[in-house]
Amino acid sequence: MRVSSKDSVVSFQNVWKRYGEVIAASNLNLDVQSGEFLSFLGPSGCGKTTTLRMIAGFDQPSEGDVILKGKRVNGVPAFKRPVNMVFQHYALFPHLNVADNVAYGLKQRSPRPPSKEIESRVSESLELVQLAGYQNRRIWEMSGGQQQRVALARALINKPEVLLLDEPLAALDRKLRREMQIELQNLQRNVGITFILVTHDQEEALSMSDRVCIMREGEIIQVGSPRELYDNPLNRYIADFIGKSNFFDGVVQKSSANDLEIRLNNGAQIVAANSRQHNTYASAAPVTISIRPEQLMLSRRVSQLPDEKAIVINAAVRNRIFLGEHTEYLLYNEQFGEFLALSPRQNEIGEPPFEVNEDIHISWNQEATLVLNHD
Amino acid sequence: MKSSLVHRLLLLPATMWLLVMLVLPLLVVIIFSFGDRGPAGGYVPGFSLDQYANLPARFTAFKNTMILAPAGTLAALLIAYPLAYYLAVKANPNIKTVLLVMIIVPFWTSILIRTYAWIYILGGQGIPKMLEFFGVEGVRLINTPYSVLIGIIYGYLPLMVFPIYVSLEKLDKRLLEASQDLGASPIRTFRNVTLPLSIPGIATGCMLVFILLMGEFLIPALLGGGKVFFIGNALVDLFLQSRNWAYGSAVATTLVIVMLLTVSIYMKLMMRGSNIREEVSLL
Repeated sequence: MRVSSKDSVVSFQNVWKRYGEVIAASNLNLDVQSGEFLSFLGPSGCGKTTTLRMIAGFDQPSEGDVILKGKRVNGVPAFKRPVNMVFQHYALFPHLNVADNVAYGLKQRSPRPPSKEIESRVSESLELVQLAGYQNRRIWEMSGGQQQRVALARALINKPEVLLLDEPLAALDRKLRREMQIELQNLQRNVGITFILVTHDQEEALSMSDRVCIMREGEIIQVGSPRELYDNPLNRYIADFIGKSNFFDGVVQKSSANDLEIRLNNGAQIVAANSRQHNTYASAAPVTISIRPEQLMLSRRVSQLPDEKAIVINAAVRNRIFLGEHTEYLLYNEQFGEFLALSPRQNEIGEPPFEVNEDIHISWNQEATLVLNHD
Repeated sequence: MKSSLVHRLLLLPATMWLLVMLVLPLLVVIIFSFGDRGPAGGYVPGFSLDQYANLPARFTAFKNTMILAPAGTLAALLIAYPLAYYLAVKANPNIKTVLLVMIIVPFWTSILIRTYAWIYILGGQGIPKMLEFFGVEGVRLINTPYSVLIGIIYGYLPLMVFPIYVSLEKLDKRLLEASQDLGASPIRTFRNVTLPLSIPGIATGCMLVFILLMGEFLIPALLGGGKVFFIGNALVDLFLQSRNWAYGSAVATTLVIVMLLTVSIYMKLMMRGSNIREEVSLL
């Protein structure tokens, strides 16, 4: 049996969760470090919420162990676990005012803390979420963002070992969501509590977390820092899920220490640097190559494109979307088909932006080419 | 304004109905209560408080009503709440509809017929006979306050179950999880969250049952055997048998006043006991 590291606050060891025939979580193994901000990311039905509920104690694993602070907690009900949760729609108690909602956890303790202490801790945690003085407000008088903060204060006042957040920002509008993301991150640094977030929003997961755990169909596919996942995705699924990319299928023709020669299904020959790849590939292995849109260089003249090791092709501009700090181009090459390219603003200075139907050149470096498993 | 004219026209039938069928008769009853009984029954105009002074003669009927109506309400509540809780929270969704229909089905038969059936069940050939079989002798149910209470619970249970069921059904189950997540055991979760949030249902159910019970006459008449009188029975007697309309009117007016007082005190208590906004709209 694997011994979880001393620093890990939550640890999954070969955890399975079955609902009859349906497998909601299959063979999960994960150590969550104390004090980190970890996100479970995946489409709905990927098992991320089930995983969170197994930490909270609402669901129990069918097989394997969930370890909390070094103690096996299988079968321990939610009300006996030192974790707290921020629910998707906050689940604030409508019959209690803000102060009573926040104090709820403290009042369940035995012995119950003296009311003076409860009072001061309530105002402390309301200050923490910038709601000082809101004690006597009714829940329905608060906006969505304020309710979100009350839910946070209600959970944090208990000083949990782990704070679980189930799609906490899903109900907020875009601008507020961005603000709350930054605030959550600051909050996590200030209180030093381990945060575990569940979300289907990849931007949210990438922008807030120290590590992201990507799940699909009940399995953990890859765990890593946002940068690792973006730069070094394990397979096509993750490359596609994290950010946008251009994909082309092909077969490995020759594999050497430095280079991978790949023949794409569209007939093109590509050489990719071997150093960037996650896996080693033998000849004849079917692969997908991925090139991120921001790694494509666009130019009117070939001479302007820098590296001689670069791949250069012609393309026609199909569509142009101005996005402020950068412009998104949809390009078309007869052999490759469509390309998505992102061109930062500064690249366009001194050169007018490309027009629709204009014929230009695209190029990318060998290092930009990622070779991935199909799946 | 045209729209306000339309609104008034639409409200006209209901207003007329209330005026003719409720306000006018009530006024008539109040006026009659200050008059006298005619020589051959009915009513002779007059103005005196004689009828009200005579109220203590019907004290037993008032007493029975004021004891059995709250007792019946309370008993119905105690039986209905666990049932409603089971239906709303625990019951398997597949059989839930069947169970709900089973509560409604008795309503397809008239209450009169169903109460007659209870005469047999509670009478000498019914439950007492069965108890004798098990060695318990001399139990008498029919024509006692207990048989009236049983009849009341039977007849009014669905009226209590449904409002409570609705309030428990719409209770957000995530609140229960939130409570447990914050360290409250299932029992404390029930006390802190489920119960307070179902108060609107409890309040509505109790109100419905209590108000209807205050005017009940059928169940005491059939199961009380002339021994357990409600005010409703007194009124039937005064208006139809002894034809003392003036006295009957005084009793009826007193009943209305007592009911208004009880209900308004009850509402005050309920509003104070809980802070839920919905309650205002429900009551």
